[in-house]
Amino acid sequence: MANYSTNEFKGGLKIMMDGEPCSILENEMVKPGKGQAFNRVRIRKLISGKVLEKTFKSGESVEGADVMDTDLAYLYTDGEFWHFMNNETFEQIAADEKALGDAGKWLVENDVCTITLWNGNPIAVTPPNFVELEITETDPGLKGDTAGTGGKPATLSTGAVVRVPLFVQIGEVIKVDTRSGEYVGRVK
Amino acid sequence: MSVTSWAPSADIKTLKQRADILRTIREFFHVRNVMEVETPSLSAASVTDIHLASFSTSFVGPGHAGGLPLYLQTSPEFAMKRLLAAGSGAIFQLCKAFRNEEAGSHHNPEFTMLEWYRPGFDEFALMNEMDELIQCILGVESATRITYQDVFTQVLGLDPLTASLEQLKALACEHGFADIAKNETKKDTLLQLLFCMKVEPTIGQTKPCFVYHFPASQAALAQICEHDNRVAGRFELYYKNMELANGFNELTNAKEQAKRFDEDNAYRAENGLNHVPMDTRLIGALEHGLPKCAGVAMGIDRLVMLATNKDKIKDVIAFDVDRA
Repeated sequence: MANYSTNEFKGGLKIMMDGEPCSILENEMVKPGKGQAFNRVRIRKLISGKVLEKTFKSGESVEGADVMDTDLAYLYTDGEFWHFMNNETFEQIAADEKALGDAGKWLVENDVCTITLWNGNPIAVTPPNFVELEITETDPGLKGDTAGTGGKPATLSTGAVVRVPLFVQIGEVIKVDTRSGEYVGRVK
Repeated sequence: MSVTSWAPSADIKTLKQRADILRTIREFFHVRNVMEVETPSLSAASVTDIHLASFSTSFVGPGHAGGLPLYLQTSPEFAMKRLLAAGSGAIFQLCKAFRNEEAGSHHNPEFTMLEWYRPGFDEFALMNEMDELIQCILGVESATRITYQDVFTQVLGLDPLTASLEQLKALACEHGFADIAKNETKKDTLLQLLFCMKVEPTIGQTKPCFVYHFPASQAALAQICEHDNRVAGRFELYYKNMELANGFNELTNAKEQAKRFDEDNAYRAENGLNHVPMDTRLIGALEHGLPKCAGVAMGIDRLVMLATNKDKIKDVIAFDVDRA
């Protein structure tokens, strides 16, 4: 893998740090008028998810990480692995629970997810920004109550729990923003 | 090229405030009988400072068919000292300065510098005048003052003037800079790292703060102090996480100045940096005689950032490097 100098640092660049692939979030040059320049960098470790700050001497190089994102459709889970398929090549990839993280509760068959691969192996699964899921359980609530009273919890077909307005009922399909876990609207 | 890329990076209201500040600065010096001067942006020589990178170009024209190498100046210091040696008296300049390899929220490769020199002043008298200017532009209280040794020791618990390389390395490791510290052989790099990352964020938060008597090894173009040869007559002004200005009790000794330039170039040769021709015209001026004086350079873009409450330099200049 190529090495990157501090001048190539920018948001999204993937580098190796402490044996773990990382993504640069922010890069800032700090330089006294008379003296050595440094790069203060915010980094997200892609496996542990930890965000940390790291300082480099400007001009230094670090090893790049062979990390790439690929869009794959979710097929099914066998309980141990979650299987995804490339809709063009039909190549399949299986992600384990660790790589899946919190994405499991948003997986809908045939939805296209972003799978992050490190050296060809999945390390993270990002669901689509919006998914449509059926409500399997929620209190009846009052029909016609459209006032913003904070709503009620509803369990979805995948097991995810989101807050929904009182008028939304069991059996209805709703649209949810997976980034915030918030209810967006009913799907007619 | 996107169709929107013609637009300025700063809004017009900010540029008006900037124009007002420039006018206030000119007025400040006018009433004090400090003469405004202009000196070349392009010069045959440049700064040898190992941490500054000059842009270079070549003049081709009458008398220079083969091309005359020229450097864009990282500050107008050398030429202004030649004016002082020629008897100009107190002078100031508002000009563009150019530094390669520098860009970020507080850096743009070309930026606006205010530089002024006061014959007969030492660094403390110049700090007084600078304090007045800052109060006049930012409407702040008078700046506090502390020595480099005191502030470093207070914040980090280690005396920067007596600390060994090993002690500085250990301190840097303690503060999470092990990767930099482990292979570092220069005390100054570790001092600069610790000062930038750990000391600076603690000073000048509510009012501006002068830090003076920098270590002699970081003297640049300042006199070494007579009372203590471990420190130099160099000061910096900090306010709200911004390094605003750097000033010197100016070195007037031609031999000492030439020696420092040579040492810089020796370091450059050893470390694969380009050789920068020494400014022999400056040395000539010092040999002729530079009056005892103090001088300071201030980053005007950063001053405008503070005055207008902006956190990025591109917000106070019409077109930053990505829109230039």
